[in-house]
Parts: sequence; structure tokens; C-alpha cells
Amino acid sequence: MWPTLKTPFRWIGNRLRDFLEIVGLSIGVSLTATAIAAGASLPLGAALAIFRFRGRRLIIVLINAFFGLPPVVVGLVLYLALSRSGPLGSLALLFTPTAMVIAQTILAIPIITALVHRASERGWARYGDELTSDGATRLQAIPQILMIIRAELITAVLAGFGRTVSEVGAIILVGGNIRGLTRTMTTAIALQTNQGDLSLALALGAVLVGISISISATVFALAGQARTAGGDEV
Amino acid sequence: MIRFRNVFALVAILVAINASSAAGQSIVLASTTSVESSGLLADILPKFTAKTGVTVNVVAQGTGKALDTARRGDADLLLVHDPEAEQQFMDEGHGSTRRQIAWNDFIIVGPSADPAHVKGSSDSVAAFKAIAMSQAPFVSRGDKSGTNAAELRLWILAGQNPDVLNKVKWYRDIGGGMGQALNAASAMDAYTLSDRGTWLSFTNKGSLDALVEGDSRLINRYDVIELDPQKHPDAKLGAAKVLADWLVSSEGQQAIGAYQVNGRKLFNPSASSPK
Repeated sequence: MWPTLKTPFRWIGNRLRDFLEIVGLSIGVSLTATAIAAGASLPLGAALAIFRFRGRRLIIVLINAFFGLPPVVVGLVLYLALSRSGPLGSLALLFTPTAMVIAQTILAIPIITALVHRASERGWARYGDELTSDGATRLQAIPQILMIIRAELITAVLAGFGRTVSEVGAIILVGGNIRGLTRTMTTAIALQTNQGDLSLALALGAVLVGISISISATVFALAGQARTAGGDEV
Repeated sequence: MIRFRNVFALVAILVAINASSAAGQSIVLASTTSVESSGLLADILPKFTAKTGVTVNVVAQGTGKALDTARRGDADLLLVHDPEAEQQFMDEGHGSTRRQIAWNDFIIVGPSADPAHVKGSSDSVAAFKAIAMSQAPFVSRGDKSGTNAAELRLWILAGQNPDVLNKVKWYRDIGGGMGQALNAASAMDAYTLSDRGTWLSFTNKGSLDALVEGDSRLINRYDVIELDPQKHPDAKLGAAKVLADWLVSSEGQQAIGAYQVNGRKLFNPSASSPK
């Protein structure tokens, strides 16, 4: 495992390149999944608070239940669907980063939607009459409600990101933990633990926690700036 | 707030990543945890890719799961080590060619205190009998891997019924990879069967020692299996054959034989004289 004295620099160079690749992939996949999930969940969460239709309560109950969707189950179902012998096999997505993005998106949507829905309900109860008084439709109220609750949106999206970046059960199944292609921080930690290299696994874990903290801190700092630059709070 | 434009841009980037890796001809090699975690593939595959331009994506699973992955059509080539399960795979018509590329051996590892007194023996069956007699804890992979299959064959030779073993307290089925089994054995001061490659590159040995080795019944054979074109028309069989042929070529065999961990050779190339 350890290098001979002749090649330590090349060895460190290779390890560093592998490491940066893993960190880059983790963040890329999780940010993409969070962005797609947010794109779907923000309007959905607000719509569930604003519109009244049959089956609405059922959707809300399901979304809250899927909050705790076991990642390994999502991974297994997606694995069978994306397999060459499965219904989506012709897309050839199994063991690719795209498969991991799909899995994480499925995991993040219920969390973001549920949090956006709760905040939107509060906003709608308070400003609903006002927003529709001058003849505006409920559809037009969706972006306005989202603007009103924008501070809560940050928490919702960060919760979604936290779910995706820390998850291992789904992506190790659909990604395959392939070195240089689908190996992320969490699957690398699982692998290093399995190889008995607990100190490297722990170091990777520390980096993962550090990255999560810095992303949260950055988002909150940016949000704070936006707030002081203009705009009022709910 | 995240705008749809950005989302589409990110999706486009990901699609581009996938498209570019397909254009450079990449294949999925379903392999076992033992060849991956020993570091062999990470050592020899870059040489192969440099020569042929074919990228190899290794999905490391136990042999049983790797064979299933190929059955389902999700792999292009197999590198596995369970002769009986492989034969079944060939009998079902999933494989076209099966060739041995290397062998090494299994070893029985256990706590250095050695409550079953098996240290120094080269009779693996007698050692398993002694472990069962002493009722010292034994960790089983329990994951249908090649190593798990070899372990169960030894238990049957030692007069134990695997179904009964699953009900006794000292036999601990952890359902995990080789490293997990060694981690567990180290934590529980238990015996276990390990492939030599994973054992030598494993760094969390604790009080574990290699106790029994050098029995012909402990030989561990690695085969490369190409898939049947009729059953698996979508697999990239052309590029897979390039890798299979390279593994048994003199160049590939030399690369396998040259791989060392801590100055020790882990795999004995055996394409020209299968064990």
C-alpha cells in the first residue's frame, strides 16, 4: 500500500488527483441533483399550499412520508429500472454519474417539497387575500409566495443538499463506485472502511463534513447580504 | 433561487460527460472485491488503457453478484473466482469463453491467541474441524462471493452442514465484503477465510494472524469470462474481448505477475498452464 522511497511525490500526486476527482464528482452530482429537485419542488410545494384539489392531502401525506425514504430502496428500484434488462435499459444509464443524479434527485424532492409547502402555507394564510385581491390568479401567486418565503427556501434547499451529499446507499448501487467515474466521497469512505484503511476513511469523512459546513456557511452569508441589500422579511 | 436555465445547463454538462466516455469505448468489468481491493486492477488496467484506448470501469462485487450483474446484461466482461458458480453461468448459456488468468490462495486467519490451536497446520479441513470443536467465533462472508463459496465447500468437507451453521452462535454471517469480514474478525477475535491478496493489503489487522496456509484445497482461481453474443447483444463484446485477450497475453500475464504489495507477489499468472 505504501510507496517505495523512489516514488513518493508521484504517489502523492496521483492520490491528490484521485482525491480532487472524488470531491469534485461528489459536489457536482449533489449540486446538480439538488438544483433539479429544487426546480421541481419549489413550484410544487407552493402550489400544494395555494391550490385546492382532490388528492391534495394524499400527495402531502405521501411527500411527508417519503421524507424518510430509505436510500437503499430507491437505489434498488432505480437499479432494476435502469438495468439493460429493465424498462429504461436502452438509455444505458446504469453505472454513470447521471444515474446517481437521478437517485439523489428522487431523494431530495420530498424533503424540499415538504419544507417549501409548510412555509408556503404560512405565507398563503397571511398574504393570500392580498395577493389575489387585484384580480391576479392563483398561478401568478406562486412566484410571489416563493419570494415572500425566500429565507425559508434556503433552509429547504440546503436540507435537500445535505440529504444528497451525505447519502451512500442509493448511489453505490446505481453508480457502482467505479474509480474515476462514479466514486464519490461517501462511496470512497465505504470502500476505505472495507479495506481496513480506517484512518484514510476518517480523513475523507472529515473533508466531507468540512465541505458541507463551508457550503452552508457560504449560502447563509450570501443570503444575509441579499437581505441587507434590500427586501423585507416575512 | 435556482433558475431553470442553470438546471438545464447542468443536465447538458452531465449528458456531455456520459457521451464523451462512451465515445472513447469504455466497458464495464464486473469483478470481485478481492481483485479490486488488492490493488491489482488499479495497477494493470492503466497499462491496458494506454495501449488500446479502451477504458475499463470496474464494478467490484462478490462473484455471485457479479455473475448476476452480467446475467441481467449490465456488464460487458467478468473477472471472477468461483468455479462452480461459473460453470453454472456457462451451462445457462450466458458465457461464451472462460479462461483462467491467475491463481493465488486462500488462508485461514484468526486471533493470535488461537483458541482452536490450528496455527502452523497446512490441513484446512482439519483446521475447520478444530474451529467447530472449540466453538471459537468464525466470521463468514455470507455474500455468495467466491470466497464465501470456498468457505462453505471447506465446511462440508469438515462434516458441517451450512444450514445448521447458520443457527449456531459462534458462526457469524456478516453478509459483507472481504474487508468487512476482516474488520469484523479483528473486532471479535474470530477466525475467517480470506484471499491472500486482500489479507496482505489490509491494514486493520489488529491481533489477527495468518494461521493456516499451503493446502491444495485452498487454491483460488481467477477466470475471465466473455459473454454470449446471442444472450447479450447489447454488451460491448468487441472491446471486452480486447481486454480478455490482453489479460491472457504474455504482456498481460507479465503485468499480473509483476504486481506486488510490500514486496510480495499476490497473483500467479496461469493462462498458459491453468491450475
